[in-house]
Amino acid sequence: MLKKSLLARNNDLANTQRQLEILSNGIFANGELPTFAKKIKATHQFPLRPKKLEILQLNLGYMCNQVCAHCHVDAGPDRKEIMTKETMQQCLDVIKKTAAHTLDLTGGAPEMNPNFRWFVEEASKAGINDFIVRSNLTIIRANKKYYDLPEFFKKYNIHVVSSMPHWTRGKTDKQRGEGVFKTSIKALQELNAVGYGIPNSALKLDLVYNPSGAFLPGDQLALEKDFKNALNEDFNINFHHLFAITNLPISRFLDYLIASENYEDYMISLIEAYNPTAVENVMCTNTISVSWDGWLYDCDFNQMLHLKVASTIQHISDYNEDLLQDRNIIINQHCYGCTAGAGSSCQGVVAN
Amino acid sequence: MSKTYYDPTDLRKFGNITEWSEELGAKFFDYYEKVFEEGALTAREKSLIALAVAHTEQCPYCIDAYTKDGLQRGITKEEMMEAVHVGAAIKSGATLVHSVQMMNKVNKLEM
Repeated sequence: MLKKSLLARNNDLANTQRQLEILSNGIFANGELPTFAKKIKATHQFPLRPKKLEILQLNLGYMCNQVCAHCHVDAGPDRKEIMTKETMQQCLDVIKKTAAHTLDLTGGAPEMNPNFRWFVEEASKAGINDFIVRSNLTIIRANKKYYDLPEFFKKYNIHVVSSMPHWTRGKTDKQRGEGVFKTSIKALQELNAVGYGIPNSALKLDLVYNPSGAFLPGDQLALEKDFKNALNEDFNINFHHLFAITNLPISRFLDYLIASENYEDYMISLIEAYNPTAVENVMCTNTISVSWDGWLYDCDFNQMLHLKVASTIQHISDYNEDLLQDRNIIINQHCYGCTAGAGSSCQGVVAN
Repeated sequence: MSKTYYDPTDLRKFGNITEWSEELGAKFFDYYEKVFEEGALTAREKSLIALAVAHTEQCPYCIDAYTKDGLQRGITKEEMMEAVHVGAAIKSGATLVHSVQMMNKVNKLEM
């Protein structure tokens, strides 16, 4: 079971340049497999360009109470990168004038940022329609100071999106850590108790499913049905929707793929499942990702690879939506993860 | 030429069989795709049946394919192993039920 981040372990892959080298060399350099750029050129989708901006996704910090085996953020208790109140204020200034209708808070565990609650209150006043917090669930039970989070979420009508890799303990704990399943179940029951996830409730509770290994997610609706049946039958838990998300070959998941000798087969699976329809709706076309230190990215994955937006505007302090929207999206081979099968995004599949 | 009879990468070339017989290959793959669609049985149930048969047929390509397919569908390893036991039980049952014929023959021939 992982205890430390790649960074704390001085792992080679904590260096994003190294990750990019791996993604560009080997099977892609020798022409055995097409690069992502070549693939989307063939379907006349290059360069990838933004469409209407809908989502501002803010990463409030890489600190987390869990060390998940597949984490693309390389988050964990040893990560100290946290968004400051000053950067949050700059984000609030942007929130007040952006055309985006959804504010998506992620991490790490965003709730661990000491200014999380202040920020939610201020952002709520700014009148965002859809307000997402990506909660790992166990944070709600991690410490007494977090026990009232379900009530807090409810007060601000926050849409809670939580990770749950399987409806069985074994698979969940293997990916997310010993005891995570039991604590997640308790947290889900507490969210249900205040009204989250109940059929027809306005308090939205969605779950995120990531495969626990070197394989792609199955059909999102079929998985949702299985999750609902099992969680309801075993624990009387309700939730609204399941988002099936493909693991992208970066950071800890890339480390796992290489160590388990699954890297090449996994990349082949992604390419075999390439779907040009999914390219039309990948999340980088409607999202701007902001890092804990205010830099701007096409998506959370590019953020973790330190691939800043290709624009004269690169920092939240200089934010100009018109200029920012007129850019080409930075792509690399990890992008195949968002275009496989029915596609993948922070909101689940993107093509049906 | 490979020096082994089975090469895992050959599974990816399965579709190439249409190159030498387009009509029959295409008919087979259309049929195959249709069989695995949701019907009176769910796609999940069909995946488990396929996994069990993959074992009784001892097809390494099918075992790889339907193990991965099962994982993608959220099928647990316990469910997979139970499915394989169903296949194994039918295989061994099929062997053992023939022993009735052996018994019949013995009873007929022995004084």
